[in-house]
Amino acid sequence: MLAEFRDYLTASLADLGDVVRFLMRLLVNTPRALLRGDLIIAQIYNAGTLSLVIIMLSGLFVGMVLGLQGFQLLQRFGSEEALGTAATIGLVKELGPVVTALLFAGRAGTALASELGLMRATDQLSAMEMMAVDPIQRVVVPRFLGGVIAMPLLAAIFSMIGIYGAQLIGVQFMGVDSGSFWSQMQASVDLEDVTEGIVKSAVFGVACSLIAVYEGYHAMPTAEGVGQATTRTVVTSAVVTLFLDYLITAMFL
Amino acid sequence: MNQSAAIVEIRNLKYGVGGRPVFDGLAMEIPRGRVTAVMGPSGTGKTTLLRLITGQVAADGGSIRVADQELTGLSHAELYLLRRRMGMLFQNGALLTDLSVFENVAFPLREHTDLPERLIRQLVLTKLQAVGLRGAAEFMPAELSGGMSRRVALARAIVMDPEILIYDEPFVGLDPISLGVILRLIRRLNDALGLTSIVVSHDVQEISSVADVVFLLSGGKVVAQGAPQELRTYPSEIVVQFMGGLADGPVPFHFPATDYFGELLARDGDP
Repeated sequence: MLAEFRDYLTASLADLGDVVRFLMRLLVNTPRALLRGDLIIAQIYNAGTLSLVIIMLSGLFVGMVLGLQGFQLLQRFGSEEALGTAATIGLVKELGPVVTALLFAGRAGTALASELGLMRATDQLSAMEMMAVDPIQRVVVPRFLGGVIAMPLLAAIFSMIGIYGAQLIGVQFMGVDSGSFWSQMQASVDLEDVTEGIVKSAVFGVACSLIAVYEGYHAMPTAEGVGQATTRTVVTSAVVTLFLDYLITAMFL
Repeated sequence: MNQSAAIVEIRNLKYGVGGRPVFDGLAMEIPRGRVTAVMGPSGTGKTTLLRLITGQVAADGGSIRVADQELTGLSHAELYLLRRRMGMLFQNGALLTDLSVFENVAFPLREHTDLPERLIRQLVLTKLQAVGLRGAAEFMPAELSGGMSRRVALARAIVMDPEILIYDEPFVGLDPISLGVILRLIRRLNDALGLTSIVVSHDVQEISSVADVVFLLSGGKVVAQGAPQELRTYPSEIVVQFMGGLADGPVPFHFPATDYFGELLARDGDP
């Protein structure tokens, strides 16, 4: 039992080492990849724009639930006016970055991993190497950067729509005063709260994009291998996101 | 075949996968300007040999010289420079699926040169014309048949005017017509562009009709080499088995296994 755990831990640490080395390789290749803005913009479109609908819909519903639950809870203490603050803090600091990261892993991460895995399986990556084009620089880094740039923007949109959703339920349906909803929110949400959200979404963006391109690039070149890589992308991204979320939250206290 | 005429020189090559040696002391000289075939039963490391020659995997020992450059010890950048002088045709074509036929052929030009669009267009169309697929320039790879994909990949492989063109199993899964087309292209491109062609294959008939020199690999060694007609009368059992396509011989029909009757009679759960 103990030995199994030890082996598991050793293997996990070795994996982590591989991922970090892969990240270094990406970073080394980043300056030259930045010269090809068109490739990165195409990937921001793939990872970001194509995820917009799911992010906006989810944001709206999460905000509406927050509005409803928050109202029920705050009503017990007679402080419904604080709904704006409660919903905004919840969204900007926690739900925005975390739920966006989970959705991002499911929507964009899987797409990245399976695309790279299939490129590997069909020799497209080897073909590039043989044409003296470094696939890391030409294919992997633009996808990684696209994800890194898209993720914080998606999280911001998620939080924004979420606040609107909370307002929709709280103010329009439950009758919280619109003025106090917004003014309380303005008064009590600090820059630090927003910064925490931005830091989280940026870190999650790096983590989820890195996991997706790592798993895809190293996928076994078989149908099964690509499937496994896609699954691992979602599972690892989710666990890592939640773990990092705790770490960053603790750091900001 | 004197030494200076060799474009690829392999000496005492050692390479293993997971402790199992694939090559142990392999030696080969591939002559410049000719069509060289590398043949052998499946699993003798033909594709591995290509990956070694192109520097996709590193040898465990020995020397590989390609175009007068020693591969071991070459930096990433130097290797990539050397690869610009090689073209490779993968088994399934390996076209980039998100680009059209035209863009696939233009890909190396766009990545490596700053040529004006007009010139790129001309180069790409000439190469596509050479493989007979100029009319398919706007197709996507998914719309092509297997033979067509391979011809597009061939156009892409020659667009940078390489010195060495490498074919990995170019005949697998082709109908007789596409096969004839590829055979003709191998010969024509080799002679017209002054290339050196290396063809890995196990299709004896096809390759014999096009190759100048044949290397027959088996068990990680060169068991025979020479012109195709010489190999037909080569005094070696393995060569006879391979060239004649015999099911049993030095390469056994049966994969090594435990005792047949013992395994049949074993009850469930018995080891």
